[in-house]
Amino acid sequence: MSEPINADRGLTYPGNLGCPGCGASIAINHALKGLGEKTVLVIPASCFAIMAGPYPMTALKVPILHTAFASAAVTAAGVRAGLDMRGDAETTVVAWAGDGGTFDIGIQSLSGTAERNDDIIFVCYDNEAYMNTGVQRSSATPYGTRTTTTPGSGWKRTRKKNIMEIMAAHRIPYAATANIAFPDDFIRKFAKARETRGGTRFIHVFSSCPTGWGVASSLSIKIARLATRTNIFPLYEIENGTDWTLNMEGDLPVGDYLAPQGRFRHLGPTDLEQIQQEVDANLALIQERVAATRVRQAHLKLEI
Amino acid sequence: MRQVLEGSHAISEAVRLAKVQVVAGYPITPQTHIIEAISQHCADGSLKARFIPVESEHSSMAAVIGAAATGVRTFTATSSHGLALMHEVLHWASAARLPIVMGEVNRALGPGWNIWMDQSDSLAQRDTGWIQLYCEDAQDALDTTLIAFRLAETVNLPAMVVIDAFYVSHTFEPVDVPAPETVDRFLPPLEPRFRIDVDHPRALYPMVGPAFFMEMRRSIQDGMDAAGPAFDAIAGEFENVFGRRHDAVETVGCEDADLVLVTTGSVTSTARIVIARQREAGKRVGLCKIKQFRPFPAETIRAVLGPAPRIAVIDRNVSFGSGGIFAREIQGALCPLEKRPAVYSYIAGLGGRDITPETIAEVLRLAEETPMPAAESCWVGLNPEVRP
Repeated sequence: MSEPINADRGLTYPGNLGCPGCGASIAINHALKGLGEKTVLVIPASCFAIMAGPYPMTALKVPILHTAFASAAVTAAGVRAGLDMRGDAETTVVAWAGDGGTFDIGIQSLSGTAERNDDIIFVCYDNEAYMNTGVQRSSATPYGTRTTTTPGSGWKRTRKKNIMEIMAAHRIPYAATANIAFPDDFIRKFAKARETRGGTRFIHVFSSCPTGWGVASSLSIKIARLATRTNIFPLYEIENGTDWTLNMEGDLPVGDYLAPQGRFRHLGPTDLEQIQQEVDANLALIQERVAATRVRQAHLKLEI
Repeated sequence: MRQVLEGSHAISEAVRLAKVQVVAGYPITPQTHIIEAISQHCADGSLKARFIPVESEHSSMAAVIGAAATGVRTFTATSSHGLALMHEVLHWASAARLPIVMGEVNRALGPGWNIWMDQSDSLAQRDTGWIQLYCEDAQDALDTTLIAFRLAETVNLPAMVVIDAFYVSHTFEPVDVPAPETVDRFLPPLEPRFRIDVDHPRALYPMVGPAFFMEMRRSIQDGMDAAGPAFDAIAGEFENVFGRRHDAVETVGCEDADLVLVTTGSVTSTARIVIARQREAGKRVGLCKIKQFRPFPAETIRAVLGPAPRIAVIDRNVSFGSGGIFAREIQGALCPLEKRPAVYSYIAGLGGRDITPETIAEVLRLAEETPMPAAESCWVGLNPEVRP
């Protein structure tokens, strides 16, 4: 038997049931590098519920607890409570949900858990639609997208829900966005989330889906990189819901990201212009908050 | 020690005595007093447990599923709409083979909004793989909760301890609260057969294809099959330790009875008086209380009710399009017998309407005077002015 090409498999076994080029498959590899082996994953219904392996197999070297679709956050909170009662404070409990299990059906239990500030990390690997059931729109699906429930001329005309603002409004200790195309930043954020104990941490992961987006599987990383370089998916961190840090600023027009994807192929120049304006406004909002954070921190230093 | 407790608090006391480690709760009338008392126990340190005040009943069950999977003893409580909202995760708990115990206060489902006694909520969950034990009064509620932990942990299935809204949940009665040391003798700390363990990583509850699914479902049925004899054995031990007897099916004067009345829950206490009076008056009537609904004690039912010529079942519930649920289950259990009793099915006391001694006497009179039972359940006590 020949040696595997990439011996650095981390805490995942070689091979899983993901599609070729699946962003979530890359995401779990990066995430576990930041989280370490003393991690329990709670996975609700999602692509990953399949990818993690059908009985009696598993794709991961950490314990997994599969749970019902709406319940990722609170099941993780229950695991945390149980481990605490057993005297195990060391293990990190991580809910690993798709955008449906976060933005839509999972948001009630996520909000409840964040409000109680339960000591878990909630990860949303966001591929911007219900991919496991065959590409139906979710509230994470961006403006302009064609899915099987926003087909043809009925493409989605409402914006993507801003989950980061929702989580920031809970004033949880740490929230961050991460992108599979920026592994150093990605792993650093997971390590930081692990170290930030005592409350709910949230990581919004950009996870490309070649199957659902109509891009070649070989372009999975490239399209993810373009999402951040066009500021469609900026990389930033929010501490305690109020202190914003922007990790990277993009330099490319949105068309560079949208044009290669089948799901946006129907969009015309006017649509692109509208999306560009929305993206610019969004980035400006983040920059304002970053600036306000700097001013506040400078004042604090002066007072000290 | 004898204390005056309401039925809700009899359950909360049992939870404290059981040294439960994680409790999740969400308020709903008439269950709220159970979790209020438990959160107080957690706050004052008399119960060393984590109380998770969740945002819905779906989350209550999901939280205790997560906790139970780490191998700790867990409890939650709910009622009515709360139980209905839990439905999905009730299946999850039983198929996950987690010994969760839940207090369930029987209450009607709306519309119209109705907070009163009705068994439709728990009986609608009969196919979820949960053990169901119905209680007659506050003492029964405390004892049954302790038994439920032993039973659930013996067969690795979740167990529901069911009490009547208000008639039991909010009624104060003298209750013998056992000493913690005595309870420890009956209920040792949980030794889980499996649990989440980072040193031995396993995937719990993953996708299961047709090659394994059926065997897993059969294993739940095996657990239920084992739960019947396990209940009898555990109840026997309970009697040895605490001196109180609890049967899956209790009978009073059934041996020579021409007519046996079948009841569940608090209406049994009313029926005891009516039956005793009629016995005194020379009538050969008997009483049969069904405590254990899941697993359904079909064999015991055949042995106890088989010889009776007539049976009258009071159902405080209805399965629309079928009839009284206990009556239908009993008919199913009696079916294999060559000579079967006539089963009269009565629906009474829905949505908190009182079942008085007069109601019960009316049921007995109807069963005596009707030569052949109707195929449909007979509704007792409908007001002709409201529904002619």
